[in-house]
Order: sequence, then C-alpha cells, then structure tokens
Amino acid sequence: MTTLAPPVVEAPVAGARGGRTGAVAWMSLPALAVFLGFGVIPLIGVLALSFTSWDGIGAIHPAGFASWRTVLTDPGLLHALWVTFLVMALSWAVQTPLSIIIGVFLAGQQRYRELLAVLFFIPLLLSSAAIAITYKALLDPNFGLGAGLHLPLLAQDWLGKGPLALGVVIFVVSWQFIPFHSLIYQGAVRQIPRTMYEAAQIDGAGRMRSFFSITLPQLKYTIVTSSTLMVVGSLTFFDLIFVLTAGGPGDATRVLALDMYKRGFQANLMGPASVIAVILVLVGLILALLLRRLGGGGTSESQLEGA
Amino acid sequence: MERRTISRRNFLNLAVGTTAGATLAACGTSGPSGGGGGTGAGAATYWFLTGQPQQGIREDTVKRFNQANANSKITFTEFQNDAYKTKIKTAIGAGQGPTIIWGWGGGGLKSYVEAGQVEDLTSWFAQNSAVKSRLFPSAFGAATVNGKIYAMPAEQVQPIVMFYNKTVLDKVGIQPPQSWGDIMAAVPKINAKGIAPFSLGGQSRWTNMMWLEFLLDRIGGPEVFQAVFEGQKNAWSQPAVMDMLTKTQDLVKANGFIKGFSSITADSNADQALLVTGKAAMMLHGTWTYGTMKQTGGDLVTGGHLGYMNFPPVEGGKGDPSDTVGNPGQYLSISSKATDAQKETAKKFFSTAVLDSAEVKQWIDTGGVPIVSGTESQLASSKDADFLKFVYGVSSKAKVFAQSWDQAMSPTAAEALLDNIAKLFQLSITPQQWIDNMNQVIGQ
Repeated sequence: MTTLAPPVVEAPVAGARGGRTGAVAWMSLPALAVFLGFGVIPLIGVLALSFTSWDGIGAIHPAGFASWRTVLTDPGLLHALWVTFLVMALSWAVQTPLSIIIGVFLAGQQRYRELLAVLFFIPLLLSSAAIAITYKALLDPNFGLGAGLHLPLLAQDWLGKGPLALGVVIFVVSWQFIPFHSLIYQGAVRQIPRTMYEAAQIDGAGRMRSFFSITLPQLKYTIVTSSTLMVVGSLTFFDLIFVLTAGGPGDATRVLALDMYKRGFQANLMGPASVIAVILVLVGLILALLLRRLGGGGTSESQLEGA
Repeated sequence: MERRTISRRNFLNLAVGTTAGATLAACGTSGPSGGGGGTGAGAATYWFLTGQPQQGIREDTVKRFNQANANSKITFTEFQNDAYKTKIKTAIGAGQGPTIIWGWGGGGLKSYVEAGQVEDLTSWFAQNSAVKSRLFPSAFGAATVNGKIYAMPAEQVQPIVMFYNKTVLDKVGIQPPQSWGDIMAAVPKINAKGIAPFSLGGQSRWTNMMWLEFLLDRIGGPEVFQAVFEGQKNAWSQPAVMDMLTKTQDLVKANGFIKGFSSITADSNADQALLVTGKAAMMLHGTWTYGTMKQTGGDLVTGGHLGYMNFPPVEGGKGDPSDTVGNPGQYLSISSKATDAQKETAKKFFSTAVLDSAEVKQWIDTGGVPIVSGTESQLASSKDADFLKFVYGVSSKAKVFAQSWDQAMSPTAAEALLDNIAKLFQLSITPQQWIDNMNQVIGQ
C-alpha cells in the first residue's frame, strides 16, 4: 500500500503548485515522473486487475465485475472497514490531544525541554516491524513483562482478546507517531507571535486562557495537516498490525490493508485484493478532500496577520 | 517484513533453532539470480530455504553434485522461508523461476501444475524406477496431481505427534492420555496444579488445525476430509465434522490450552518454550520441533524427560489410531520454462545426488528421518535412536499419512480454512457457522 498512499496526499498539492506559476512548472517534472511511475501507473494496473481473476501464477482472465461482487457482498469487507475506521478514529483521538500538549510543552526554549524533545523523538527512528516484535515480546502472557515482574495487572491476554488487541494496536501506533506530530505542533507553536501572548497577559489572561484562546486557534491549520496525515496514514497501517496480531485474534484487528494482503498473497485472489486496494485509494482520497474542506479550503490565507 | 502464512514451513527451517544465524544468512546471500547464471549449457538453478541444519545439508548435496558434474553445475540461491513463499510465486508467475523449484507439494504444487509451470515427471519415474522404489511410497501422494507425478520427493518425513513433559505429568500424578476421554479427564487435574494442559501457538493458525486434523481422522476416518478435498458439495456437513468442532470447543472451554494461546506464534518457538519450562504439560506438534527442544530445552530431551506418542484414539471413532498427519516429505519440481539441457541436469541431480548415502547420513545425524526405506539400522545407531525409531515407526506403519490440510488444499481454500479455524478457537463462531462458512469455499 505504501506505493498507493502518496498520491492520496500529494495529488492536490501537485495540482495547486502547477497552476500557480507556469514558469517553474518544469521543476515539478522529476516529481511528476516519480508520481506517474510509482503512483498512477500501478494504480491503473490495480484498477485493471480488479476486473480480472488471477491467482498470481497462471494466466490473467477477464472476469468483469465478479471480483467486485464477491468483495462487496462479503460481510468481511464491512468488518474490515469498521476496524479500519475504529483504528483511524481512536488513534486520532488519542494522538491529537497528546501531540498538542507535548508539542506546546516542547516549544519552550528551556534546555531540559530540548533534551526531552530528543528523547521523545526516538520511537520515530525505529522501524514498525521492530516496534511490533518488541511489544509482542513484552506483552506475551507467559514470558512477557507481566509474567516476568509478577504483576498480574500486566499479565493480561493482551493480544488474544479482541478489544484488548485493538487497544494495544492503537497504543503502539500512538506511541510510535506521537513524536512526529508533536514535532509538527512544536514548530507551529513557535511560529505564533509572542506579541499575542504579551497582549493577553496585559489583559489579565492566565495560562489556560491563553492556551485555549490563542494557541489552539492559531494551531488550526496545523491540526488539519496533522489530522490529514494521521487519518490517511492510518489507512495504510500494515506492517505493525501484521507483525503484532496478524489481524487476530480471529479478525478483530483485520484492517483493510491487511484484508487486501491476505486475499492477494495468502489466498491467491488478486482480483478481489485489487478491489480492496481501489476501495482503499477511494476512501483515502475522500478523507483527504473532506479534511481539506474542514480546514477551510486554501491554506494560502495567512493565519498570522490580523489575528 | 514477516509473513506468517501457512507456516509449518517456517518450522522446517527453524527446526534446529539457529534462527538468528539463518536470518543473517538470508540477508547475506545474493539476490535471486533470475533464470540464468552458472556456467555451461546445462547449468541449472535451484532455489531453496535457509535455516540450519537443513540449509547446510542442501548446500552440501549441491556441492557434491557440482564436483561430480563440472560441465553441468547447479547454482543455488537461498531464501528465508517467509520471503521465499511470495518470491517463488511471483518469480514463477513472471517466468523468472529457477530450474529446480523447492516446495511443499499438495495444493501449492497443484496451482503450478494448472498454470503449466512444472514438468510432468511420471514417465521419468517409470524409466528410473530405482529412484522411486527406494523412497517411502507415502511421500508420493503430495507429489501427485491428477494421477501424474510432478515432483521428486526429498529430504525428511515429519509427522505430527503428541509431546509431553514427563516431569510435569509425574507431578500431576497422571499417565499420558490414551484416549480423548483421558485428555478431557486430565485437563482439570493439570489445571488444578496451575499448569496449562496443552501448549499451543494459536496465532499461527495451522497449529490449531493440527488438532482438527487428528480429531476428524480419529472420529470419522480419512474419508471425511477426502470428500472435502475432492470438492464434494457440502462435504463439511458430515456428522463427524460437527463432532470434531464441538470436541475442540469443549477443550477450549475447559481451559485445555495455555492462557493467551491465540497471541502466541509458533515461529517464535514460544509454544515449545512452554513445554520445556513446564508451564504446559503436553503439546501437539511436528517432529521438527524435537531438534530445537534438544538444543535449547535444557535437560528436557537429554535427560529423557520428553515423552512422545501418536495422537490417541477417540472413543467410538471410526479412524485407525495408526493414521498420522504431517509433512510426508519436501518436494523438488522442474520448471517447464527451463531449457532441455537444464532439465537434464535437474533430472541427473534427482537421480544421483538427492538423498544419496551422504545426505541420508546427514539427515539422520541432525535428528531427522529421511524418506528413504531401509534406514532402520542407521537410525538405531544414531544419538537420537529412540526418537528416530519412533518417527520411522509412526511414518511407515501409518495406514494413512495425510498431508496437512492447508498444504493439500488450494491456497484460496486454505486461507479460508485457517481463518475459520482461528475464529473457532476464539469461540467467536459456532461449529454450525464454521461448517456453513467452509461449505461455501469447497472446490475453490
């Protein structure tokens, strides 16, 4: 899915850039070539494959809408969509407030905050697979952290019960990506003019009041950007969930991307897998568009002046 | 990226547990060499799996062949198990596969056959009857598609057996169960001591499947699954299936399996560790786990505390208690896309190098039973004589040596099967729902 994800985010940006200044349009050619080669062309291939039946080894046979019918009438699709939505919504709900708080905290110029910023950044340096393997070992009910430290509270069947496993997935995703979003917020907070806070202080506003009346409104576009990355990114969670739970127990954590992989590469049903890939792209596009609308359209309008 | 699929195969490779080394080796080997490579017109290519000790044995066999045949050498490329499964499929689909394709036979082989990608070896085996007659006849079942042989059986036989920790059973004060009734009676007694009756790496899914395979065979005999395999409509609706599913869920509900089994993977060997450390009393698993337990299991194996037996009968069942399930062998096929000279080299490799006396000795030395008849005396003088004689006995005396379901079926049906088995053990579907779901994918 990683090859399909970038177009979702980049498509509108590329369009806007091309339209604005014709003279430097040629500068976008390398990016366009990469985008065409690794984004658009495979996408067309997947769309074509979704109207065929292919086991990945033999010949490709045209199959009309058969794959679409199979997938759309399969209750598994609705379930996967629901799980994907849950992961998306919950990980957004966990990550956004925490990222804002950490971001605002790290925006301070004190030395110890700089040090903490570096420490907070570490999870982002690790690969998803490594993180998943580590957490899987830590959460093992018989040999993990809980069993090792004799803490019954920690010795739950973390990855063996549906709701718990979903919670673990969201926790690990958040643990991995909060540093990244904190970094975005940190940068955004540092751009807020100091004068605003000074004015607020003169008016007698406390710290809480300035946070809710100045910092948060000023972060509006950053929240939109960070949320877009979170929401669209959560559609492509694969490696982490695959290693951590393999979609289990049962199908409790089987998100769309995992469903696609299982159908395509484990069940050798490339047609239906391509259908899911197309659905994934559509869902991603719609979500990205929606979020841009929510953000109030053109990001070109300045949020600093006249605020 | 780890791909946890139909992965008894993972286990073949991990069998003597040098996983780290194997992984490194996999990273270090050169990339796949496409179709060509080697020197001379008859140079053939051969892809196989990493993982000691099997990897070393495979390499040695190729080296011996190359020393004897300077003009038609075989170049090999090694892959880590999980990567191999996807790689070989893609490569064969793209016409870039090797001359000699290492595989597991059964449903996977059938999909190659249907795509016309592998050579029919029936007539070659007819002409070279000596090659065929020295191997276990049971090994040819999974190499045969529609009455024709498409692969050379190789390497070792690996039935699934019931392992038990003698120390733990003594502590509980019970004998190894001799029937399904004994198993259900033993479960509460073992649980009462704070020990799990059975270890199970349930996230791997095929591990759960082994229980169903044995239960169905013991209850209804091999004909029940055969009907499914042949694609008979509603074949899963036979009464024995309902019995098998109900008994399985009864065992789950009675806490027969280790707590958290559905998040344990067999690939990490955590299921074996549970048996070794005495946290679980028994474990149904392939004989390939013996080597790992011997190497890493303290004195469990070396001190004689590891017991093993065939799966016990079920009261009133129709199946023969000598039947077994597992890997009847590993399989080497020849690509139909290879040149005639390459095919000749491959056939020469099959008849002169595969399972020659040196390779047979290596398999036995590493705790395996090669699929060659008449090795009893060699097995008897090995360090693991008792276990090897047991494996040889189970394999050669079995009235039916069934191939594991997920390997016998097409990949499509196997995935649906494993998915539903996981849900069955999770108690998230009823036996009737399981039957309905599985009837839908019969014949796919």
